[in-house]
Order: sequence, then C-alpha cells, then structure tokens
Amino acid sequence: MTQAKIQEAANIPAKIEEPGVRKWWEFFTFSTDHKVIGIQYIVTSFIFYCIGGVMADLVRTELRTPESDFVSPELYNSLFTLHATIMIFLWIVPVGAGFANYLIPLMIGAKDMAFPRLNAVAFWMIPIGGLLLVSSLAVGDAPDAGWTSYPPLSLVTGQVGEGIWIMSLLILGTSSILGAINFLVTLLKMRIPGMGFHQMPLFCWAMLATSALVLVSTPVLAAGLILLSFDLFAGTTFFNPTGGGDPVVYQHMFWFYSHPAVYIMILPFFGGISEIIPTHARKPIFGYKAIAYSSLAISFLGLIVWAHHMFTSGIPGWLRMFFMITTMIIAVPTGIKIFSWLATMWGGKIQLNTPMLFAMGFVGTFVIGGISGVMLAAVPFDIHVHDTYFVVAHLHYVLFGGSVLGIFAGIYHWFPKMTGRMFNEFWGKVHFALTIVGLNMTFLPMHKLGLMGMNRRIAQYDPKFTSINEICTYGSYLLAISTLPFIINMAWSWLYGEKAGDNPWRSLTLEWMTTSPPAIENFEGIPVLATGPYDYGLENAKYGVPMETNDPLTSAGTNSVLRADPDEPYPSIAAKTDER
Amino acid sequence: MKIPSSIWTLLIGILLTLVSLWYGQNHGLLPTAASSEAFLIDGLFNTMMTVSVGIFVLVEGILIYSAFKYRRKAGDETDGAPVHGNVPLEILWTAIPAIIVIGISVYSFEVYNDMGGFDPHAAHTAPMSPEAMKMPGAAIAATLNDTPPTDQPNRNQEQSDEANLDPATAEVRNADQIPQKNDAPGMGISSPRLGATPDKEGKKPELVVNVTGLQYAFIFTYPEAGVTSGELHVPVGREVKLNMSANDVIHAFWVPEFRLKQDIIPGRQTEIRFTPQKEGDYPLICAELCGPYHGAMHTTVVVQPQQEYDNWIQEQLVASRETLNQAVAMNSTDKSVSDFLAPYTTQMGIEANEVLHQIHH
Repeated sequence: MTQAKIQEAANIPAKIEEPGVRKWWEFFTFSTDHKVIGIQYIVTSFIFYCIGGVMADLVRTELRTPESDFVSPELYNSLFTLHATIMIFLWIVPVGAGFANYLIPLMIGAKDMAFPRLNAVAFWMIPIGGLLLVSSLAVGDAPDAGWTSYPPLSLVTGQVGEGIWIMSLLILGTSSILGAINFLVTLLKMRIPGMGFHQMPLFCWAMLATSALVLVSTPVLAAGLILLSFDLFAGTTFFNPTGGGDPVVYQHMFWFYSHPAVYIMILPFFGGISEIIPTHARKPIFGYKAIAYSSLAISFLGLIVWAHHMFTSGIPGWLRMFFMITTMIIAVPTGIKIFSWLATMWGGKIQLNTPMLFAMGFVGTFVIGGISGVMLAAVPFDIHVHDTYFVVAHLHYVLFGGSVLGIFAGIYHWFPKMTGRMFNEFWGKVHFALTIVGLNMTFLPMHKLGLMGMNRRIAQYDPKFTSINEICTYGSYLLAISTLPFIINMAWSWLYGEKAGDNPWRSLTLEWMTTSPPAIENFEGIPVLATGPYDYGLENAKYGVPMETNDPLTSAGTNSVLRADPDEPYPSIAAKTDER
Repeated sequence: MKIPSSIWTLLIGILLTLVSLWYGQNHGLLPTAASSEAFLIDGLFNTMMTVSVGIFVLVEGILIYSAFKYRRKAGDETDGAPVHGNVPLEILWTAIPAIIVIGISVYSFEVYNDMGGFDPHAAHTAPMSPEAMKMPGAAIAATLNDTPPTDQPNRNQEQSDEANLDPATAEVRNADQIPQKNDAPGMGISSPRLGATPDKEGKKPELVVNVTGLQYAFIFTYPEAGVTSGELHVPVGREVKLNMSANDVIHAFWVPEFRLKQDIIPGRQTEIRFTPQKEGDYPLICAELCGPYHGAMHTTVVVQPQQEYDNWIQEQLVASRETLNQAVAMNSTDKSVSDFLAPYTTQMGIEANEVLHQIHH
C-alpha cells in the first residue's frame, strides 16, 4: 500500500462526498469562504498582471529604438512606475495571499480561516486600491516618480498622481497587514490536534515567515508614505531639503519595507515549490527542518539588509559594510533551499508534467537572480551597477524567474483541487516553453546592458545599445504571447476539462484528502495525518535499501545519503515523526 | 569498462573549475577600465564571476541531469527511495556558501578600502564623543533631529561655503536656499564620500572640480582656473576630487569606464576622488531618476594629456571672456539631444529656482 493510499484511507471518514462547486456569480459577492476568497485573489491579481504586462510591453516598445519616439517622456515614466507598482502590490503580493487563503485551512485541516469576515474585507481592498491606481491614467496625471517615489522628485512631478499613488499603496498595504494577521492566527491556533509545527507542510512554514515579515515591515512603509503625503499636500518638510528635511530618511523608511517585500514576494513560492517538487519527484522533501527554518532565517535577515539599496546614497562607510555582510549571509539559507530541492529530485521518479516543469524552471532561473544578488551585495561592484539594467535583470530573474514561475507552478499544481477538473497538459507545456525562452531572451541580455553602461528608467539611450535592446523587446513580446495559451487553457479546462478526481497527484498533504473542489467547510470532522506530509515511499523503508546497489548515494553503504548520522547502523528513516 | 563514480565526480569537478576560471577572465561584459579604481572593481567582479559560473553550471547540471536520469518510467506508480536528509551533506552545503560569501565580503572590504571608502580625512569623524556615549540613544536621536544643538562643525556647510568661494560655482549653485545637513556626532557622516586612496591619504588632491547637478544637466566649475563647463575635462594620471551637490532633485554621477557612481543629493556635499588612467572620451551619466528627461541628462568626460588639458582651460577662459558674463560655457557645435537640452533648461520652464519654489508649496 503506497503512502498516498494510507493517507486517503485514513481520511475517508473526514471526507465530504459532495464537491463544493460554486456558481460563477458567487465569486463576485462578499463571500467569507476562504476558498472563494482565495480564487478571488488569484483571478483579480492575474487581471492586474495582464494590465502590468501591457505596460511592460509599452515600455519595451519605447526602448526598441534609442530615441524617445513612441510615447512622451512623461507618459513613459508613468508606465514604468505603474508597471512596477502593479506587478508588486497588485500581482505578486496578493497572489501569494490568494494561495495562502486557499491552501492554509485545507493543509492544516481547518474549516476556514480564523477571521473569515476580516479575510473578505482584506480581499475587497485589493480591487479598490487597484482601480484607484489605474484610474490615475484617466485623470491624466499618473504617478511618474518611479515605484520608489523618492523625494524631492516625487514632490514636484504632479500632486494628484502622487496622491493617488500614496492612497492606493496605503489601501493595499492595509489589506496585506489584515491578511497576515489572519494567516498567523490560523496557522498558530487552528491546526488539527495531531499536527505539530514539524508536521506542518512547508508552504505553511513559508507563510508563517512571510506573515511575520509583513506585520513588522509594512507599517513602516505606511508611516513613510503618510509623511510624504504631508510634504506633498500640507507643506511640511520631513523629506524636503529646502526646509531642512532629509530625502535620505525617506529612502530608509521606504526600503525598510520594500526590501523585505522582496521576501514577502518570494517566500510563499519557495513554500509552494517545496510542496510541488516532492509530490512530482515521488520522494520526501530533502531536509525538511533545514527548509522550514531557513524560511525563518530569511525572514529575520530580510529585515536587516535594506540599506543595500542605498550604497551610492547618503550612508557612512561602516554602514555600507554592515549591510553588505548581512546581504551576503542571506545567500546561505537561500542556498540551503536550492540544494535541498535538487537533492529531493536526485534519485526520485520525476513526472515531468507542467507544474513540475515550472517548478524546475523556477529553480533553474531563480539561481541566476540569486547569484547576481550576491554580486550586487558587494559594495564596490554595486557602486558601478547600481541603478543600471544589471539591477533590472537581477530583479526580474528573482521576481519573474522566481516568483512568477512559482505562481504558474502553483496554479497548475492546485488547479485540479480548485476546479475539480484537469488542465490540458500539452498547452501547459507550450506555455512553459514560451515562458522560459521569452524570459531569458528578455532579461538575460540586460545584465550586459547594465555592465556596459546603460542606466535604468530612461526613455532614450546611447545608440550603441540598440541591438541588445531589440532582443529584449522581442523577448518581451514573446512573454506576452506566452500568456495566451495559459489563459485559454485555464478558462477552457475550468469549464470543460476532464474530471480530475480528488487526488490526481497522489499527494500526501491534507488538501488532497477532501473532494475537488472541496466542500463548503472542507472536512467532515477532523482529518488525520496517518503519514507525514512528505513520506513518499516510506513503505519501502522497512525492507531497507539494498547494500549491493552500486550508486553510493542511494545504497546503504558508508556514503549513503540515507544515513543522517554516520554512526547509526541503519538508515535513519522517519520512524519517529518528530525527528524528521 | 565501468568507471567508478568517484572518478566521474573528480573529472567533472576539474572541468567545472577550468570552465569557471576561463569564463571569469574572458566574459567581455565590462567596458574599458579607465581609472585606477576600475581595475580594483574589475578584479572583484572577475572573481565573483568565476565562483558564479561554477555554482550556476553545477545547479543547472544537476537539474538537467535529474530531469533525464530520474524521469519516471511509464506505468511506474511506485515512489522513490524514502530519503529524508543527510546531515553531513547539509552541513557541507551550508558551510561552503558561507565561506564563499565571507570570502567575497572580505575581498570587497579590501577593495572598498583601496578605493578610499574609509579615508579618515574624508570621513571627518571623531571617535564617539563623550556626550554621545553618556546618553543612551543620543547618537540615534541626533540623526533624527535635523538641527541638533551641537557645537560640532557642520562639515557639509564648510564644504559648501568653500565651494562657493569660487564665484563661478556660487553662480550656478543655490546653496543659500537649501540648508546643509549636519553630520551626526559619533555616528559618522551624513554625506557619502569616497576619499583618497590609502597611498594618497592626507595629501591634497591634484585637481578640484565642483559639480552641480540640476534638471537636466551637470555643470562643472574649476575653482583654480575660474572655468565653467558642461563637460568634464581631466588630465590623465592625476588625482581628481569632485565636490558635488544638487540644486533641485537627487541626481547621480556615473562614469561606467571609471566604475564610479555617487548620488548627488540636495543639502549634502558629496565627494568623490579618483585617478583617471586612460585617455579618451567617456560618457558621464545621471543614474538617478530625476524627471521625464532623465535619459537626456548625460555629458562627456574627457581624459586628456596635461598639455591638451591646459590648452582646453585656456580656450575656455578666452571663450568666457568673449561672452562677457561668466555664465555657462557650452560647446555649441555639439548638438546631441542631451547637450542641446542642457543649456536650455531655463527655456523649458524647468529652472532650478522654480522647481524649488514648487517644492516649497
């Protein structure tokens, strides 16, 4: 009997047979069901992803030629400002909250989130904040001081647009805080009795780390933005140098949130990947505790690295060195995760379906962003490439090659659970291939642009960079096209896809132990963990692994990876759950 | 014949090292190095590139190898080996990256020091002052308070006054409208400075140029010669010190060939020292978003032999005498977009004073 069958058999009493299929209009109501809210989050943020993507392609179209000849310079600045703001605050951050909403209660065996009404309020702030932001284009004074909005520039580029930008961010930030409180309380208080912290799925660990980070850092951004709005409207001079204010203080407050925001945007998908890889490689996650605690380490270290965005700004030398070292160290827990995922795949039985391909694409491209991140941490090198396309390349490898690929992996992986139907595998693979090619074509050449001397946020550039920019622009068109098979596949499969069954991936986490889509209150009574969330292949353990296998990594010899403690006579496999 | 896996591992390791070493030296990703600082930074980058290539190829190699080697056979519904971890292996892949990043940090520290980042004369720091040590939190409070009651000299004010002794600089700067920031006692400086390199520590720079950033131009004033220019000319092989300040919003001075960048912030006197080593014309770029025409804010830095530099100074003096007033001297033959924009900021209605007026309301 495989572990999946053991887990399913144990949870038959907890399963509600009737799937909780929702009417289409229920997704437009103030529903307090965490599953409805989760899908609302994911679909809404995907719509904003498309809007932000159109803006990105307009920016790239302007940059196809060295002259400023496609849009006016003012509009160009608005486009990249809105592109960044939308992608961060209306796509990656809320889509993470969407997954958390959908998955946390199911994974820990709860009936709903701790505060269902607060949950709905947090969601409905997203479309309000988003529409407000996009409406600035219609007003004719869109914010154009960059998503960083540094004063004094942000104080002189148009009051209305800047005011809308601040208001919108305050709304979205509040939504994020409300969501984080909900996730924390749910995770701490609503797990099934048998689930200790060390039996929690790794996605839950990641959301624990993310929510803590949101709660600590977001209020500081809100404070900074409120002070900025006073400078803008009330004539105060907190950040305005003409009145003795200090623009560098704003940079500190802004980055105190906005660097942790990077981890808020990547940690949930680290968590998602940690679910997807073991399921499709049919092997237990390698180093559960190392991955779980490295999320917490990243969360803590993420709070003390912010000034690495200010190495060329106004901070003293010793502070530059401090932030360089903390930034470098954050590569260590991140490296632990990458190597653990690789080790999970090593020796597995990998099913190369769409979610797994996206997950492997995530590992392969995120590592490029991680490496360039370590380079950027080195102060003398950062002094050269700060505010150049090297940084643009780095952040897109992290946020697109990392977060966005992680989001797609997650959507494909949990699509059968959310809709009860299976997506089309062929078009999923087409989507994957177009995305990987488009992403590397768009962002890889940008490293060279930055190193050679092209600064960012410019509408016109030195003609010697034309050919590389053309490659980037055509890559961005390919990325736009790559979204089409995804949209069509998702829409068609949701309506007409074949029935997926309750546990199509033979996974062990609790969300797969109920019907697809899950019934209104998820479980009948309390589900149980008959086997751990990643105990794939545990049934083989009692037979041991044959000594005579030639492969030193999987045989039971002295080099065996099966042996946690080299002095132990037998492979240390998972007999006691709390020791995994 | 079956080759043992340890031999394979060794061979792959050697190959990986060779590829990394080769690519780290031959990436061709950086422009010409034209200052002594640039060589230091290139050395650091090449080292990081070597390590990076190794890690990159290793990760991608394992990923692609696993995708083929460990692919599930059709119809195989069983699970893989129940491997939950391996403590020695995990310690290894925690320790090695830790050692690598600490190594890079130490190397970066050295390079930063060699570039003059810790020049004590530039930093103007007294050790922790007795008052700051007595009062808990006083040092932090001082950074929050914009005019702390202190009799410490205000280094930014001093530098600003010194730069404005030069009438040409005083003419283009509006330092009288922006109060200068105080350094925080005991905590260090509020203005970023790359001072003299250790071998030139304590010596006066051989050439001082005042740089003023405004939307959308750099204005260079040469206090010793009394020249004002829209281009930066410097003699090769002599240490230059730039005193920089901005009139309106934040700008940044960047010369890719020098590998040096420094924000220019209103209300602060930023300082950067470097020694140009290679003759040529290089782009000098504003690297901090400063408005819609940010992309047009760039000019040229001309590194030339001493003789040519002296001639240029003479020409500029003649030219400025001819135009009677000592206003901005521009080379009107050069009509690229940026140079065209630079002297006409007034006509575009983006005069520095007006911007400040807007800020104030």
